Formats: sequence, structure tokens, C-alpha cells
Amino acid sequence: MFQALADPTRRVMIERLSRGPASVSELAGPLSMSLPAVMQHLSVLETSGLVRSEKAGRVRTCRLEPAALRAAEQWIAERRASWERCFDRLGDYLAEHPDEPESKE
Amino acid sequence: MTERSVTHTTFVIERFFQVSPARVFAAWSTAEQKRKWFGCHEGATHELDFRVGGRETYRGGPKGGPIYTNETRFQDIVPNQRIVYTYDMQRDETRISVSVVTIELKAEGKGTRLVFTEQGAFLDGHDAPEGREHGTKIVLDKLVEGLEREAHAAA
Repeated sequence: MFQALADPTRRVMIERLSRGPASVSELAGPLSMSLPAVMQHLSVLETSGLVRSEKAGRVRTCRLEPAALRAAEQWIAERRASWERCFDRLGDYLAEHPDEPESKE
Repeated sequence: MTERSVTHTTFVIERFFQVSPARVFAAWSTAEQKRKWFGCHEGATHELDFRVGGRETYRGGPKGGPIYTNETRFQDIVPNQRIVYTYDMQRDETRISVSVVTIELKAEGKGTRLVFTEQGAFLDGHDAPEGREHGTKIVLDKLVEGLEREAHAAA
């Protein structure tokens, strides 16, 4: 997922899709690269689960998979959560030992 | 080959404790006290050399899971007021993040407000799968808890 998001072109594509579904040519519009190159980025995004696309007639429409994006935030949220648990324990410890000698070392 | 990526993030956590800044500072600065609340895994090892330029090493992890190594270097210490350190985290042999942490202690009435700020570079998305798993596990645990409570209420 983060590999998918690491590339600036793919971030531009994600940004565009966060405003709503778009066709491949709409996605390619602001990017100065060939359609096959855009398709290649799209396939990385699809493999990562961030984006899915459907073909109707000759038009392929792409949209964001919001659940996948939430997962991307998850790991930083987890680091934060582990600190929160740590500070819960610190709070308990200080409440149980408010007057312990302030320094033994 | 690993595809390289970096995600930068900053987060801030604030807590209030009903003890003096000196008391909170001691909980961070003495090894014996820090072990009481910091490490949570059985069999973890911890060394603390609390002075500017000194290091702290924590090594441990869940039973049967990966070993996490947390290596800290203290950059700035103002007794009872501020601790600034850098640390990197490795999962087994892979470095997954490098961070700057600032702990600020502010006297507030008879207590202390602690402001914790972590500014980190999270590397190559290595935290991702496990974070996801863990997040999912929390959700599932809560679900089971809720269902059990409902079952009790119905019985």
C-alpha cells in the first residue's frame, strides 16, 4: 500500500479520485505521460487494493476503495495507540506510587 | 527487492498527572521506575543511560512474534521540564521507523501536564501489515465483547 502511495504520479491519481470516480483518460489528463504508462500506475494502485476500476463499453472508470485508505492510516494510528497504552500504565504507576523517592540513581 | 518509501508523520499526545513534574521526570529518568510502565513484553531487556548523549535500548516482543529493538539516544535533557531523544525501531533485522520525540513537562496546579510529540519517518511501509492486523484484532475483540454482553443480557 505505501509502495503504491510512494510514487508522486500515483498520489496525483489518488488525489483526483478522492474528488470522485474518473475515466482513465480523465486521470491521464493532468499527467504528462503516455496512456500505457498511466495504465501501469493504475495497475499498481489496483493491486494494492486502493483503487478499483470497471470497464463499460470502451470507457474504464476508476474509483477509490475507501476501506483500503483507512488501512493506510492504521499503522501510524497503531504507533500512537501503543503510546497511549504506555501513558495509561504511567498514569496508573504514578497514582499508585505518588511519593516514591524521586531519584535513586 | 524491497521498493523504498517513506511516510512522514507527527503526532501529539497530552496527559495530566496528579503529581509534580519532578515525580513524572523520575519515572522517565530512572531505569527501575521506567521498567514499571514502559516495557510490556515478558522477557524483554532494557538498558538506560539517562544523560545527554546516553543511550537506552529496549528489546522484546510478543511470544512467538517478531523481536522489536528500540534504540534511543538522548539529545537534550532539562531536569523536570524537557527530554528530547531520537529513536529507531527495528522489527527483527529491519528498520521500520526513525523518530524525534519531545517530552515537555509543565506544572499545572498541583499536577503536571505532559506533552509528548513524535515526529517520525516510517520506512518502506513495514509497519503496515501488522498495524492492520492489530487494528483488525481490536475491532474483532470489541465485537466479541459486545456479543458476549448481549448474550448475557438475553440469558
